[in-house]
Amino acid sequence: MNLLFSYLFDAANWSGPTGIPVRIAEHLFYSVLALALGAVVAVPLGALIGHTQKGGFLVVGIANGMRALPELGLLTLLVLLMGIDLLPVTIALAVLAVPPLLAGTYSGVRNVDRGAVDAARGMGMREWQILTKVELPNALPLVLGGLRAAALQVIATTAVAAYVSFGGLGRLLIDGLKSLDYSQMAAGAILVALLALAVEGLLALLQRAVVSPGLRGGGKRSPTAEITRTDSTEQIPETAGATP
Amino acid sequence: MVWDWIPRNTDLIVRLLGVHTVLALVPVVVGLVIAVPVGWLASRSTGLRSVLIPAASVLYTIPSLAVFIVLPAILGTQILDPLNVVVALTIYTVALLVRSVADALAAVPALVVAAATAMGYRPGKRFVSVELPLAVPVLVAGLRVAAVSNISLVSVGALIGVGGLGQLFTEGYQRDFPTEIITGIVLIVALALVVDGLLVLAGRVVTPWARVAA
Repeated sequence: MNLLFSYLFDAANWSGPTGIPVRIAEHLFYSVLALALGAVVAVPLGALIGHTQKGGFLVVGIANGMRALPELGLLTLLVLLMGIDLLPVTIALAVLAVPPLLAGTYSGVRNVDRGAVDAARGMGMREWQILTKVELPNALPLVLGGLRAAALQVIATTAVAAYVSFGGLGRLLIDGLKSLDYSQMAAGAILVALLALAVEGLLALLQRAVVSPGLRGGGKRSPTAEITRTDSTEQIPETAGATP
Repeated sequence: MVWDWIPRNTDLIVRLLGVHTVLALVPVVVGLVIAVPVGWLASRSTGLRSVLIPAASVLYTIPSLAVFIVLPAILGTQILDPLNVVVALTIYTVALLVRSVADALAAVPALVVAAATAMGYRPGKRFVSVELPLAVPVLVAGLRVAAVSNISLVSVGALIGVGGLGQLFTEGYQRDFPTEIITGIVLIVALALVVDGLLVLAGRVVTPWARVAA
């Protein structure tokens, strides 16, 4: 046990330009960029397909197909083609964020009470207003559920970025592997898992704060569980996601 | 693309494809065997369920690279031992399937179970020949997700020298040779699609009653 924790509890590893706090900040930076890019692609697409109620098969197809893409292959290929730059890393990681966000937004918007949508239309709202003022606010729990699942997966996978000479907590894993320093690798593993759990907890709090009280209802429905249930019937991949 | 690299390296590619398939699918089988009894326990009692399901979700947050690396210290294996990858992926498979099994068994109609009991099925026999078959559709959905994500995850093992087709990624990257990486990506996605299709087919074959109803 001592062997496993010695790196983590050595004060020398907690300061300087390659210290653990810097690695955590880098890790979060790459993850947030990837999540933002993934959201910019997935949320409008999911909202559009959910709003028009057409092309649901696209969501299933895209989500399943992207899930099969091997992250390491994508990352190495993009870095070779585009150079060692933040953009290829962000794109490779954003690919992981798309399926859960797409599935969450799509099923959230699609499952909004038709009565509420018809009422909005009857009141003279334009389609755009229906989407932004009725459907998206109602879909928020599932959209954020998708975001939580995406964040979990991206943070866990960002570790691979260290292989193509980037920073982040993956450095501890890759450097530790090179020098067979088990305590360094263990520190990396533990910190990535803790970081993922901490961000997941923060997003759960955020979800409580921004979701309309009217949607909370009496049910103890967890949005992630909701998406998982959709999975089993529609085969949209499990949003909790594996962690490459 | 340097197309003629592919025919020149068929032997290597076929061998890696074989290793990759074994590394990805053995955990699916072992994981299923472990997940069925654990999921059954979770479906029997809400107390156990509230412990087992969150525990399974937490297992999922640990990055695979981290598990691949730390397992040798726990198992006492060599770092290059393929067993590390198999055990790691088995853990992920179990984490994913426990929930599927528990949900699937909980969804078996109580009337059906009562009818089977009334017909004289003992609990063990009833589980195998009534409850488990009725759970197959949900179980297959879980297996498909597990198989596809395992096939994609195995490649990360290349970073510790055991990655099946993932070896094409690390080699291709070090040699600055995109063809090799693209070959690996295409084969992995193709393997995932084939296995996914086979699981759908297997699910149909073992649930003939579903076809009669449809």
